[in-house]
Amino acid sequence: MNEEIITLDHGGGGQRTAQLIEELLLPAYGNPALNALGDGAVLDLEGPLAFSTDSFVVSPLFFPGGDIGKLAVCGTVNDLAMCGSVPKYLSLSMVLEEGLPLADLRKIVTSVAETAKRAGVQIVTGDTKVVEHGKGDGIYLNTAGIGVLRWPGLTPDAIRPGDAVILSGTMGDHGVTVMLARSGLMEGSTLRSDCQPLHRLAQAALDCGGVRVLRDPTRGGVATTLNEFTENRPFSICLEEDALPVSLSVQAACDLLGLDPLYCANEGKLLAVVAPEKAEAVLSALKSTPGGENAAVIGHVSERHPGRVLLRTGLGGSRILTRLSGTQLPRIC
Amino acid sequence: MLSEAAFARLPEGKKLLRGIQEMELPGPVCLMEVCGTHTMAIAKAGLRQLLPEGVELRSGPGCPVCVTPAGVMDGVLALSETPGLILTTYGDLMRVPGSTPGDDLQRRRAMGADVRWVYSPMDALELAQAEPDKQVVFLGVGFETTAPGTALAVLEAQRRGITNFSLLCLLKRTEPALRALISRPDFRVNGFLCPGHVAAITGAEAFRFLPEEYGLPAVVSGFETGDLLAAVYALLTQIRDGAPRLENEYTRVVSPQGNPAALALMEQVLEPVDSVWRGLGEIPESGLGLRKEFRVFDAAKRFSFSPGQRVENAGCRCGAIICGQLNPQDCPLFGTACQPEHPVGPCMVSSEGACAAAYKYQGVEL
Repeated sequence: MNEEIITLDHGGGGQRTAQLIEELLLPAYGNPALNALGDGAVLDLEGPLAFSTDSFVVSPLFFPGGDIGKLAVCGTVNDLAMCGSVPKYLSLSMVLEEGLPLADLRKIVTSVAETAKRAGVQIVTGDTKVVEHGKGDGIYLNTAGIGVLRWPGLTPDAIRPGDAVILSGTMGDHGVTVMLARSGLMEGSTLRSDCQPLHRLAQAALDCGGVRVLRDPTRGGVATTLNEFTENRPFSICLEEDALPVSLSVQAACDLLGLDPLYCANEGKLLAVVAPEKAEAVLSALKSTPGGENAAVIGHVSERHPGRVLLRTGLGGSRILTRLSGTQLPRIC
Repeated sequence: MLSEAAFARLPEGKKLLRGIQEMELPGPVCLMEVCGTHTMAIAKAGLRQLLPEGVELRSGPGCPVCVTPAGVMDGVLALSETPGLILTTYGDLMRVPGSTPGDDLQRRRAMGADVRWVYSPMDALELAQAEPDKQVVFLGVGFETTAPGTALAVLEAQRRGITNFSLLCLLKRTEPALRALISRPDFRVNGFLCPGHVAAITGAEAFRFLPEEYGLPAVVSGFETGDLLAAVYALLTQIRDGAPRLENEYTRVVSPQGNPAALALMEQVLEPVDSVWRGLGEIPESGLGLRKEFRVFDAAKRFSFSPGQRVENAGCRCGAIICGQLNPQDCPLFGTACQPEHPVGPCMVSSEGACAAAYKYQGVEL
């Protein structure tokens, strides 16, 4: 019963808050901008800049392949990388629930620090609040981040018929892992979240030239992200079912639960639409970068059926891939 | 497990498809699949568009959510408001509206009702044990596939003496529904793709009545694209030869006599009861209810469950679609007033519903 836990005092702004910052957060994240402990961080940057924010409410907090801390850093770093910027600085706000074991918070903070280091970003400002027991899910995180734009002009408007659609690896690993972890069905499973920073993969692709747009297919999966590209635009994207990379364990779990990997979340994959003459170069650049080994050309941009995302099935049939509607619910039998 | 895509890649699949496309048939043929998972697998593989002209695949009453009448959902929605009650359900039911479009369990939950989705009735039982101060009700929908697991949960509740668990038993039986469908004057199906999951429990022999009593070809099929192709090929061959019989193309899972342990569980806990189906109306002995000695676990009695009278929502043609009279696209609401985002009928909600499959997996000329 002597386990150290978070209490309302930790968010009160007094002694306990200071202790949390000095004993836990500063040693983990420490850098000149943060160590100054001002009301905000003062940064020396030259524009143009990319700016993004994301909130994290995942349950469970720890899952195979990651945890909420790693997710919070990757989420914003990846959004910045997809804009064509080099991620530099993050803010980190924590909403803690009274009763959260301090040991869990330590693990999360360590994970944030390790992931930030890996992604080459610094945590330069932050905030901590505590809510009453029962009013949160242990911990909620928000990160916002700034990156320096290096590859401007990435937009779906630049997509042209004939372009190749490249996915940097297998689909659905994060979404399926979290869903199984939540339901307690993980036992004996080899599933792991793909949660990882994408800045290196993005750079590898962008340095080849010819990239029209980058996007990380998180919630809603690959099918939903591609619909964001085609909606109200004069082209379609046609995927080849046989070319879609899916791990056997994700496919098996999806078959069992009635889910479709095309609609399951990813946290460590990028979609690139690339000019045809650069497709081969981008593909091999991704494949030779860690985390991109399973990259594949999964489809092409076409003029037929503008606005749609289509799939040619392994059998030679076709179907339209719409956006995800609602949330994916497991089926009955 | 071989993935669907991998299975379809097998040259056998392509060969079967060619065999189907080139088969010389005596006239137009209408086949029916009576399992929601078949409906989805067929749509996902884009199989319908690949069938030759004159061969049609229709969806039958095989989606457990779809055959549950609107009035029952009204009763369920009302039940979810009972103070101190946790309603547990398979995910599919969360978004099925009652008589009022937009009013579903997901909305009730957002407004404060304690509704949780579970993967199995045993999860609901565990929840009841963990929350002894609450009443936990499990919504038991489904066919013979989910019935044994549901029976097991009740038996286990009795064994452990868990008194705050109960079952709202909405289970259905396949055979009486098929008989009711066949005896309709407008019935025009030439052969049945029999449900592999149901047959895994009941045994393939449970479908022998189709050829023997009604002269209808019947093939038990699995769910991979290759399974479906093999089953369609077998059905068309029977029709071409005028030789209806029972075939089992899913022998890797389905035996002639089924799963004796599962059947014994069902027999011990459940008994046939009259039941109302969306589209088909009341069919004698077409549902499953708790046997007398287990009625203490009957949520309908414990909470005076009273289903509404309405079977179908205004304008919604789910009933006709379930019976194979209409294709989803024939319904005036399809894709307009009724979409997965704002469904009017259950066929648009369930991941196994014919309308959801048709909407999600519309085919186009590439």
